[in-house]
Amino acid sequence: MKVSKLPDPFKSAREDKGYGEMDDQNDPVTMLLRLKDVRKSAHKYQTFTSEAKPGRIVVPSEVAIRDVRQIPFEVDPPMHRDYRTLVEDWFRRPNAPDYQAKLSVLVEEVVALALSADKIEVINEFSLRLQSRALTLLLNVPLEISKTWIDWGTHVFRSEGEALDGNKAAILYDYIDKEIDKAIANPGEDMYSVLLASEINGRKLTKEEVKGVMILTFAGGRDTVINALTNTIAYFSDHPESLIRLRREPEIIDKTVEELIRYFSPLTHMGRVVTEDTVVCEHAVKADTRVSLCWASANRDAAVFERPNEVILDRKMNPHVGFGFSHHNCLGATHARQILKTLIRTLTEKVSSIEILESEDNIEELGHFKRKVGFHKLVAVFS
Amino acid sequence: MPKITFITATGESIIAEGTSGSVMELAKQYNVSGIDGDCGGVCSCATCHVHVAPADFNKTGAASEIEADMLELDDNVIKFSRLCCQIEVSDAVDGVTLTVPG
Ligand code: HEM
Ligand code: FES
Repeated sequence: MKVSKLPDPFKSAREDKGYGEMDDQNDPVTMLLRLKDVRKSAHKYQTFTSEAKPGRIVVPSEVAIRDVRQIPFEVDPPMHRDYRTLVEDWFRRPNAPDYQAKLSVLVEEVVALALSADKIEVINEFSLRLQSRALTLLLNVPLEISKTWIDWGTHVFRSEGEALDGNKAAILYDYIDKEIDKAIANPGEDMYSVLLASEINGRKLTKEEVKGVMILTFAGGRDTVINALTNTIAYFSDHPESLIRLRREPEIIDKTVEELIRYFSPLTHMGRVVTEDTVVCEHAVKADTRVSLCWASANRDAAVFERPNEVILDRKMNPHVGFGFSHHNCLGATHARQILKTLIRTLTEKVSSIEILESEDNIEELGHFKRKVGFHKLVAVFS
Repeated sequence: MPKITFITATGESIIAEGTSGSVMELAKQYNVSGIDGDCGGVCSCATCHVHVAPADFNKTGAASEIEADMLELDDNVIKFSRLCCQIEVSDAVDGVTLTVPG
C-alpha cells in the first residue's frame, strides 16, 4: 500500500447505520458519519451545543485537565457571533499580499533546508518547524519566538492518550499567561495586545477570555497543520506525476488544497453535547450525552463525492467539511490554506522528487474504528 | 462582454465585466464586499452566496442538488439564492443583478 494512503474505516457503518459508537473516559460518544447529518447537526446548535463544560466537546475529553473555556469554540450563538466578529478580520490577514510574501520566504527556507540535508524526519524537521514559524505571522510576533514552540515538540497539545497529561497542557497555559502579562505591561501590535484592547458589547475582553482565544489558536492550529503538511509530503512522494501536473497547471492549486484537506481530514471529528432527547439516523440519543461530527467520515460519503477514496487534484464539486461547517467553521482556514498553497507552489518550483525511507503510521483508535490520520515518524530525502 | 451588477449589503452597486471564469472570481476581481470565496469555488464554504434578482433567475438557473444542500443551512437563504462560484461568466448571464445578503 502506498505510504500516503489514508483508508476510510467508516464506510460500512456510515452506509449501514449512519453512526458509530465509542467510549471515552466513561462519557461515550455517538459518532455521526454521513455528510448530511454532520452538516445539519453542526448547524443546529440549540440541540447540539458547543457550550458545555469546558473540554467536554473535545474527544478525548479534556474536562479533567482544563477549566478555561476556549473562545469562540466553546460558545454557542448568539454570543458566539460577537466573539467571531471580534476576531474575524484578524484571521483573514493571510489574504493580504504582504502576509503572503512573508509566508513564502518561510516556506522557501524550510524547503531549502530539506533539500540541503541528506535526509530529514518530516514531522519534526519540516512540518513542526514550518507550522511554528508560520504561526508567528498569524500572531504578529517576532520569528525567533517560534524556537520556543518548536522546542515543545509535537506532544504538548496532543489530544491522544498521553495528551490527557495535565503537566504537558500546563506548559502551554503557563506560557500564555506570561505572554498576556507581558502584553499588558507593554502593549504592541501582536495578537495578545490586539485582543486585550478589543471590546465586546461595550466592555473590554477579560484576561480569561483572551487566554481562551489564545489557547485555541495554539491548540487548534498545531496538530491539524502538522498532519496536513506531513501528509502532503507523503502524497507527493507517492505521486511525482501530480507534482509535474501542478507545475504545468498552477491554476488548479486552490482546488488541490481543498481536495487534500478533504482526503486528509486532519481533524477527524469534534464533539457536541446533546441538550434534549433526540433522534439521529433513527437512533435515539439522550440529553446530556455526546455526539461527534465526524468530518473524516463525511468527507468520504459516496452519496456526495464521486470516487471518494481517490485524490482528484482538480475536483470541481467538493463540498467537504474538513474545516468544519456552519457557525464554528475553522477560523484558521485562511492561514492553513495559504500555507498549503505556498508549500505546493514551492515544491513544484524547487523539488523534483521526495523519497520516503522510513515511516510509522499514527492511527487513532475510536471505539472499533481505527483511523490513520498521519504519521508518528516519516523520514524522507528531498531532491 | 457580459456585464453583471453586484449590490453589496450596504447598497453599493458595482458593475463588473468579464469573459470567463466563475461569477465568484469576477466578484473578487472587483472587490465586491461580502464575497470572500474562501474555498476557491468548489462549493464547500458558502462565502459566495448571492440573491439573484427574481427577473434574472431564468438566466442563472437554479442551484444543483449539492449546491442546494449547502444553501439550505444558510440563514439568509431565499428562493433565488445561488452560490455564485457555481455560475459561469458567459453571455447567458449578461445583465443579471446579484445582491449580497447582509
Ligand atoms: C489544516 C488545518 C486545520 C484543520 C483541518 C482545521 C479544522 C477545524 C475544524 C473541523 C473546526 C470546526 C470545529 C467545530 O465545529 O467544533 C475548526 C475550528 C477552529 N479552528 Fe481549525 N483547523 C485547521 C487549522 C487551524 C489553524 C491554523 C487555526 C489557528 C491558528 C485554527 C483555529 C480554529 C479555531 C479558532 C476554530 C474555532 C472556530 C469557532 O468556534 O468559531 N484552525 N478547525
Ligand atoms: S466559493 Fe466556496 S462555495 Fe463558492
